[in-house]
Amino acid sequence: MNASPTFMDRAGALFHRYANPGRFLKLGATLQPWLTWPAILLTLCGLGWGLFFSPADWQQGDSVRIMYVHVPCAWLASSGYAALAVCAVLSLVWRHPLADLAAVEIGPVGACVTATCLATGSLWGKPMWGTWWVWDARLTSVLVLFFLYLGHIALIRAFDDPQRGYRAAAILALAGAVDLPIIKFSVQWWNTLHQPDSITLTGAPTMSHAMLWPLLVSTLGFTFGFAAIVVARLRAGVMEHRIRSLLTSPRRGTSVNATLAESGAQELAV
Amino acid sequence: MKRKTRRLWLVIACVAGLGAAAGLTLSAFSSNIVFFMTPSQVAAKVPPADRTIRLGGMVVAGSVHRERHGETPVNSFEVTDGQAAVTVQFEGILPDLFREGQSVVAVGSMTPSGGFAASEVLAKHDETYMPKEVAEELQKSGKWDPKFGPPPNAASWNAMTAKDAKTSSRGS
Repeated sequence: MNASPTFMDRAGALFHRYANPGRFLKLGATLQPWLTWPAILLTLCGLGWGLFFSPADWQQGDSVRIMYVHVPCAWLASSGYAALAVCAVLSLVWRHPLADLAAVEIGPVGACVTATCLATGSLWGKPMWGTWWVWDARLTSVLVLFFLYLGHIALIRAFDDPQRGYRAAAILALAGAVDLPIIKFSVQWWNTLHQPDSITLTGAPTMSHAMLWPLLVSTLGFTFGFAAIVVARLRAGVMEHRIRSLLTSPRRGTSVNATLAESGAQELAV
Repeated sequence: MKRKTRRLWLVIACVAGLGAAAGLTLSAFSSNIVFFMTPSQVAAKVPPADRTIRLGGMVVAGSVHRERHGETPVNSFEVTDGQAAVTVQFEGILPDLFREGQSVVAVGSMTPSGGFAASEVLAKHDETYMPKEVAEELQKSGKWDPKFGPPPNAASWNAMTAKDAKTSSRGS
């Protein structure tokens, strides 16, 4: 029992440390190049490898290469929403201010990858299955996820008092998280036109290693890219938030210009 | 537009979006949770001829007959799930992935004679991704015939590359 409170204390301290947006800005500035450059390099490597050097599939031919974009987007669509749900818990239970700002920034990025996932899936489905779209459980549940993202984006910006928007959107994000297991297991629970997962935690992948490696590299690259975009947006969001609160502060008439200039100089130095 | 009205409309839009999402889910999940019926389900309880159903299963090897009536190709093939088989009639162009041993989903209805008249045939590919050379090598060595079912356990070939396949075929 001795070790666990210390661990909890430490975790709590770390957790509250970044509730301070200024500290987050410092961390974000350090983190940014470590996210952006791996994202660019891994994505270029993965896509180049997958699109030009990996073998074609024995029955799908070159159409299989859509996979190297479709699978990372599908993975990020679900993971991004899971991140929203985590932010929602942080916001509802602990009123963590950074979680609210993060939820604002994750939404549009997640919606974009989900749209890309649906679009590439449709482009893949037409030549292979013979149809752009079917209402099977996997495709429908991902479409629902896309609508959930759109609802979250609209809701979090719908109120004049941002706090109310944060709370409403957090509830939506939590409620919508029900869709994630449905997406994951739809191909196992029901007959679907979409094939089951090729990569599972329990079994060997049913995919040639010559295709698996470029897929993993490309997925890693997309994931870093997602994180880099979210962190960049979040840093901009924190600065925007500061400027807005400075402009609306009661001291506005007297010293706003001086404070703004000072704060701007600080941001630039960071 | 007053701020209040704008807010009201935004909230209504959100609710409508969510409602649409939930409605789509429900409509999809009530009738389409199972995207297709299997031949044994159809054999157990024959659906009425006026109802459109989706029939899914594997194309039986040697059962495909293609004819041409003028410009339209007329196809007939059997679909099985291992327990029962249903003969499917389809007028039109089959998808590229259609072959014997492939999983397909046919959209259509039962005919009084016990066959199935399809208006659309979709090909369903499995979760196996394999380079062409590896597939050819597996077939050549007699480990797998795509006409008779899914490929062997992936662990036996998923480290195989095109190069390995070539060297092993040269060796044999």
